[in-house]
Amino acid sequence: MKKILIVDDEPNIVMSLEYIFKKENFQVYIARDGEEAIEIVENTIPDIILLDIMMPNVDGYQVLNYLKNSETLKKIKVIFLSAKNKASDIELGLQLGADKYISKPFAVKNLVKEVKELLNKK
Amino acid sequence: MSSFLVISIILVYLAVIFYVAYWAEKNSKSRWVNNPYIYTLSLAVYCTAWTYYGSVGLAATSGLKFLTIYLGPIIIIPTWVILMRKIIRISKGNKISTLADFISLRYGNDRFLGALVTLVCVLAIVPYISLQLKAISETFNVITKHHISAISILDDTTFYIAILLAIFAAFFGTQHTDASERHKGIITAIALESVIKLVFFLVIGIYVTFYLFNGPADIYNKASVLPNFEAQQTIDGLNGGLNWFLLSLLSMVAIVLLPRQFQVTVIENEREKYLKKVIWLFPLYLLLFNVFVIFIAWAGNVVFQNQQVDADLFTLLLPLNNNNEFLALLVFLGGFSAAISMVVISSLALATMLSNNLIIPYGFLKRFSKSESAENTESIKNIRRISIFTLIIIAYFFYKSFTLDRSLVSIGLISFVLIAQLAPAFFGGLLWRRGSSKGAKYGIFAGFIITVYTLLFPFAIDSQLIASSFVNEGLFGIHILKPYELFGLQIFEPVTHAFFWSLIFNVFIYSLVSVSKLGSYRERNFAEMFVDSTKYAALQEGAYVWKGEAYVRDIKNVLTRFLGESRTERALNLFYMKYDIDKKIQVADARLVNFSEKLLTGSIGSASARILIASVVKEEEISLTEVLNILDETQKAKESNKELKERDKQKDEFLDTVAHELKTPITSIRALSEILLADDEIDNDTKKKFLTSIVSESERVSRLITNILDLEKLATGKEKLDLNEHSIKNTILKSIDPFRQLAVNKGIKINLIEIDDAVVVYDEDRIQQVIVNLLSNAFKFSNEINGEVKISAHINQNKVEITVEDNGKGIAQDELISIFNKFYQSKNQTLIKPIGSGLGLAISKQIIESHNGKIWAENSLPQGARLTFTLPLNRN
Repeated sequence: MKKILIVDDEPNIVMSLEYIFKKENFQVYIARDGEEAIEIVENTIPDIILLDIMMPNVDGYQVLNYLKNSETLKKIKVIFLSAKNKASDIELGLQLGADKYISKPFAVKNLVKEVKELLNKK
Repeated sequence: MSSFLVISIILVYLAVIFYVAYWAEKNSKSRWVNNPYIYTLSLAVYCTAWTYYGSVGLAATSGLKFLTIYLGPIIIIPTWVILMRKIIRISKGNKISTLADFISLRYGNDRFLGALVTLVCVLAIVPYISLQLKAISETFNVITKHHISAISILDDTTFYIAILLAIFAAFFGTQHTDASERHKGIITAIALESVIKLVFFLVIGIYVTFYLFNGPADIYNKASVLPNFEAQQTIDGLNGGLNWFLLSLLSMVAIVLLPRQFQVTVIENEREKYLKKVIWLFPLYLLLFNVFVIFIAWAGNVVFQNQQVDADLFTLLLPLNNNNEFLALLVFLGGFSAAISMVVISSLALATMLSNNLIIPYGFLKRFSKSESAENTESIKNIRRISIFTLIIIAYFFYKSFTLDRSLVSIGLISFVLIAQLAPAFFGGLLWRRGSSKGAKYGIFAGFIITVYTLLFPFAIDSQLIASSFVNEGLFGIHILKPYELFGLQIFEPVTHAFFWSLIFNVFIYSLVSVSKLGSYRERNFAEMFVDSTKYAALQEGAYVWKGEAYVRDIKNVLTRFLGESRTERALNLFYMKYDIDKKIQVADARLVNFSEKLLTGSIGSASARILIASVVKEEEISLTEVLNILDETQKAKESNKELKERDKQKDEFLDTVAHELKTPITSIRALSEILLADDEIDNDTKKKFLTSIVSESERVSRLITNILDLEKLATGKEKLDLNEHSIKNTILKSIDPFRQLAVNKGIKINLIEIDDAVVVYDEDRIQQVIVNLLSNAFKFSNEINGEVKISAHINQNKVEITVEDNGKGIAQDELISIFNKFYQSKNQTLIKPIGSGLGLAISKQIIESHNGKIWAENSLPQGARLTFTLPLNRN
């Protein structure tokens, strides 16, 4: 069973994502901010992370940075899931090393497809 | 030492210097060439052979007075961060290449003024250059033990050295036609020479102090028993103090205005920030140079007492006297490098002045405006090359044909006093916008004549040993006209006396003429730009006011003659891009006229540039008030443009945040709806939960939209406040009502303490909205156990103060102000995001401010946040 970590501070978005990926047979972990996300990542190395950017305290960029600075964590796939969707935001996200950048609001089917594709890619 | 050996060493030394210059010119982008240390060291061209030999001579005969020449610069240089930065900025902005250009441009591209400044500089500096040649020749004779100076020029080594220096300056000084470009080869070579002369001087200082004698104390003990010692080492009361003061002032002026200093400090400056290094490193260099001067002088007095020896040559004679020929050679080379640095930079600076401010504007403009560009650039370079050769050769013959028997110092000081005549026009022009070109010209004339009368004439008479009653009796035997004691002033030595009177007359006449007659509109325009340089720097070409008729094609033709087809094209393209002007426009505006003048200024000087451009455009007179009005408007337009951009940026940021905030609930709504739509097996409980969320997120969207519209209406003042008299107590009670049930549910106590009542004029709905906002924040953040919200209203002088306080965690110090920003969400929130748009406090602030009140946040003790707003009491 693949492990997915959902990082978002919006309870209703988390609720929908949790439902979607449980249904797709993922083991789902949830973090409400960056700090919590890093804690979970250290304990259970997930296969993929859906990462929001604008969060209180530690934001999504900082989480990604943390991952990319660690030998064991830098291979985890990361998808930015953010309402910031200017071209410059997307470019910055990808430059920092995210595998994908999906804008909010997202289409459920498309999100699931992207996640699966990314996990199948070597 | 044999002449042949010394000449060989000189040739090797010159070859090294030529090579360094050549290398630096080739690698002009290298870090070795472009750094603040090279720049600072190049400023040490201030220390000439005069420093090497003359300072010691002066110290030997007059004690510590030599220090004034270095004290002035050491005192004034720290102010350069401001003053010199201004000068450099103006010069670079206008492509100024000489001191004469600077002064002439400031007074409205005045051709005559530029020429006058050039003449004063040439008169002051050429004897100074010959002095350097004299030093080379004399020390050469001492070290090779030739006691008779060569009779024929062709047998004189100094003549050949002078020619080599002219070749060096001409070759490396005219690589570019644009004289405002930097001469990196020469400057790097000069910097190297500055190191050499300092190191060698320190070596000889240490040798004399610690090898020939047992340290400074030993020299002092032996020197102090010599006759006259006491008298030499004291400042000599008030008179002496005044002399000291004026000499220091003179050297302060010289360090800025000597043409060679202006060249290295202003024209050759690569970056303004180098000045930050200069302000401590250069004074340190000067201090180091002077540490041993007094000891060498005393040592010379001790060793050569009762002998007829020229004190100027102590530095060289001390090692020779001990048969240390190697050290003597080092001293000779040090002095040699000091001399040639000065000769090269001075002749380059003067040649540029001669060509750009005298020869071209008065003689070659007609020819230039007919010839092709390649021809013109070659002619300009040739004029400068010939000028360099002429200057150095004249200096050589000057030294040959006049017996310059006076010490090195006095001739040096005379040129300082001459150069100082430019100070009122220069500094006045920088600081005083009324200073006019007429004032500058008459001031320089007056100062020059006084200097000639009180210093040059009597000095020439003395040195040529002509019998004359002029010095002792005064002109026509009138005593108050005695050149050294003008108007009976007896307290000064000749140099300070001349400096004092010439400057008094110069400043007085400059001010008087400037005040009594206004300058032309053109010079007033430049006066504004120079004096208020920081204000107008950003405007660049826009700061220049010009009215008339001009065609791009004509201006382009002039430019092409000097810059060539491709450079003109490139420069104009840059100009069009910078100001976003359509290339097809045929009529030139003020900016293009000014831009073109600047382009030409570097090559042919500002006065010529102006004349050339003026020859193809039809200029109209404008009144002074018009100039000032236009300047003011341009300035204002620039500022409001900046404000607009800032407001645009804020608006963009606000829209970004709004979009983000709206998308967040929509994301939930869309995801949950898609799940519900696609998933038929979903159980009823989950379905209900999802639908509830969809409803609440939809509410959030509409609340957000209402709030944003509210905020916009309040901010733009589109909404009129419904102002009426109300009781503040009633409004507070009304606002609290909806919270009573919530308080019971959450176990939070509402505490109404001291509610003063007052009748105040306000929009009740809006103020209620503010109180509700503050209350919901207090409820959100108050302590989970024993939560308490306190409300109070006080009448304080002419306002009523309403406070809402909770007992939660309080607000972080750095957030006390930012919580009133739009969409700001506190860091101290609990994990679960409280419901809110992030606009509540921003809206409250807007409402209170439109009521002319204030709102602020602070922390209360022992814990909790306190938000207070005020409303003014109406006391009609």
